[in-house]
Amino acid sequence: MMGHVPLSWFLMLSAVLFSLGVAGFIFRRNIITMFMSIELILNAVNLTFITFAYQRQQVAGHLLAFFVMVVAAAEAAVGLAIILTVFKNRETLNIDDLDSMKN
Amino acid sequence: MPASPIFNPTDLIRFLPEIILTAMGTLIMVLDPLLNRRESKVYGTLSLATLLAAILAAIYAYSDAGPAFGGMLIVDGFATFFRVLVLGVGILTILPSFSFLKRQQAETSEFHALLLFSIAGQSIMAAANDLIIIFIGLEISSIASYILAGYLRDDKRANEAALKYFLLGSFATGFFLYGVALIYGETGSINLSVVHAVVTGPDAPLPVMVGLAAALMFVGLAFKVSASPFQIWAPDVYQGAPTPVSAFLSAGPKAAAFAIFLRIFMTAFAPIGHAWAPLVWASALLSMTIGNFAALLQTNVKRMLAYSSIAHAGYVMVALASRSEVGIAAAMFYLAAYACMNVGAFAVVSHLSGKGERYQSIEDFAGLAQKQPFVAAMLSIFLLSLIGVPLTGGFFGKFYIFKAALESHLVWLTVLGLLNSAVAAYYYLRLLVMMYFRDPGEAASSAEPLTPAFSAALILPAIGTLVLGIFPGWVLDFAGRSASLVK
Amino acid sequence: MPESYAEQYFPVLVQALLAMALAAGLLTVSYLLGKRVRNRVKDMPYESGMVPTGDARHRFSVKFYLVAMLFILFDIEAIFLYPWAVVYRELKMFGFIEMLVFVVPILAGFFYIWKKGALDWSPDSTLNRKR
Repeated sequence: MMGHVPLSWFLMLSAVLFSLGVAGFIFRRNIITMFMSIELILNAVNLTFITFAYQRQQVAGHLLAFFVMVVAAAEAAVGLAIILTVFKNRETLNIDDLDSMKN
Repeated sequence: MPASPIFNPTDLIRFLPEIILTAMGTLIMVLDPLLNRRESKVYGTLSLATLLAAILAAIYAYSDAGPAFGGMLIVDGFATFFRVLVLGVGILTILPSFSFLKRQQAETSEFHALLLFSIAGQSIMAAANDLIIIFIGLEISSIASYILAGYLRDDKRANEAALKYFLLGSFATGFFLYGVALIYGETGSINLSVVHAVVTGPDAPLPVMVGLAAALMFVGLAFKVSASPFQIWAPDVYQGAPTPVSAFLSAGPKAAAFAIFLRIFMTAFAPIGHAWAPLVWASALLSMTIGNFAALLQTNVKRMLAYSSIAHAGYVMVALASRSEVGIAAAMFYLAAYACMNVGAFAVVSHLSGKGERYQSIEDFAGLAQKQPFVAAMLSIFLLSLIGVPLTGGFFGKFYIFKAALESHLVWLTVLGLLNSAVAAYYYLRLLVMMYFRDPGEAASSAEPLTPAFSAALILPAIGTLVLGIFPGWVLDFAGRSASLVK
Repeated sequence: MPESYAEQYFPVLVQALLAMALAAGLLTVSYLLGKRVRNRVKDMPYESGMVPTGDARHRFSVKFYLVAMLFILFDIEAIFLYPWAVVYRELKMFGFIEMLVFVVPILAGFFYIWKKGALDWSPDSTLNRKR
């Protein structure tokens, strides 16, 4: 039961989460925070999928959210491993310090 | 939309290339701790055999073309073309990687397992007809390539390349997915054929919403094909990644990403083509201009090739901007030619760069023609094709693309594109002059002798480039017949 | 059946208020009635009767990160088992084989990380010898 909360509110919330994720990714300099922003974007996507699935009374949308979750977990594992290697080699988590390849 | 729960052998045959790649990739992964040999040619040989088998399977699947798994996959000429293309790029990546991995003393098994997984993802992308399958293929391909980009764990540049590729790649995926979610909400389906039917049908959703979804997906896909204004990651990633991986990234994932780009925008979003065409137009022009002019300023060859690859993505975007079947066929032809010449050029860079990848600057190519005339000759073929000189694949690629653009009345884009090609000639020729008219330096003198695998890695793409340049009809006819995507 | 959104959640609100009131009440009673003695031993963190050693905020070894990450991966993969379990009876043999196709590669991955020593965090592990 979603009671009297209109579905559009869920969509608006997901749009806000998505925008926060995008803004966080662009304006934050800490790699972990940027990575968390990406996760926020994916959660916004999941919320959208589930809202639409509820609206249309379809199971498909829920399944899509499952797929997104699993892929996000795999991505997180690889991403954190990469971040860890970078930290081990450079002792920094500031994205602006990673500039060893400018001409 | 969900596949009916009935076991269907036809589905499996149409999915055979991916099954082979995944099974063998897993096998190589499991063999690694069992054999416990850090450097071994076994894995590479196995991967080569796997890719050959997968190519045969892809061709066999095409003999009985059609949809699979309830329309989630579709085996048509377009899918088969891109499947064979990404599998071929895989072979051309593995051949030079034998000597490369040995030189860098890197583990071999994981490299090949990851490569096979990544190619499996691209192969799925080529045949996917459903947005979530496209997403899964895209992620299988991307996640494996993130690791490959940082494969040399102790190399700072490789770390940085992997990190940037990962961050921007997953960011782009987020955009793409949000677009998928909106499409699902607007049409109630994620099957491209169904979406197309709904968008053109009587109960079509608001064009604004479809346009928003198209714009979000455009951002995501433009990142993946490194088209402007979303190309910023490409130079750092291609420069920092191990050279065979750069070769792979610039050809395989890019071709597969263009495959889904074409398929999505020419089916689901074809009805609102007039709305996204200006976007693609601008992106094509920006990519060509930024890519070519930035490449002029580079001193590192890998970085130069990265910018040139941005420019080439721009040429393919011109084909997409023409929004016609001729344009799709031209894009397919161009991507095949581009894969041959670019992978070949990167292979030479990987050969010359030496242990620890020290020699990467343009000066390091000095006198290569004196020390290793065969390598220099092969690189010349690739560079001439990248310029677009007649008798090479690059020439006909550009010719067909600009012809398609003219047929769609994109006169300005054609003119500016041709001017761009003239600018591009300068930085490729600079490398040629360096090879043939300078005295050999340290890099050319210390280059290793050729191994049979590496010679094959140069000869095969050179043959590909020349065949596409001399008998373009063979490939173009097939591309032309496969270019109608709306089913 | 309660009608509005607020009515539906009213019992939850009541329960939350009751819980807070109870907790606050008990704390107040023990504050008023209890005897207070302060000394060093009493101010130490409670660790089930053991004498605490070291700083609570030390860094954890990276090896634990690996295990945690792998746990998350395998944990998340399990969500596919739930919808499958719901329709398992209807799918019959087909469902069983499909799930086998899903589980076998995951087990292959498990075999790989196990043999590679990623789950072994003792100091003299294969992981340390290899890397």
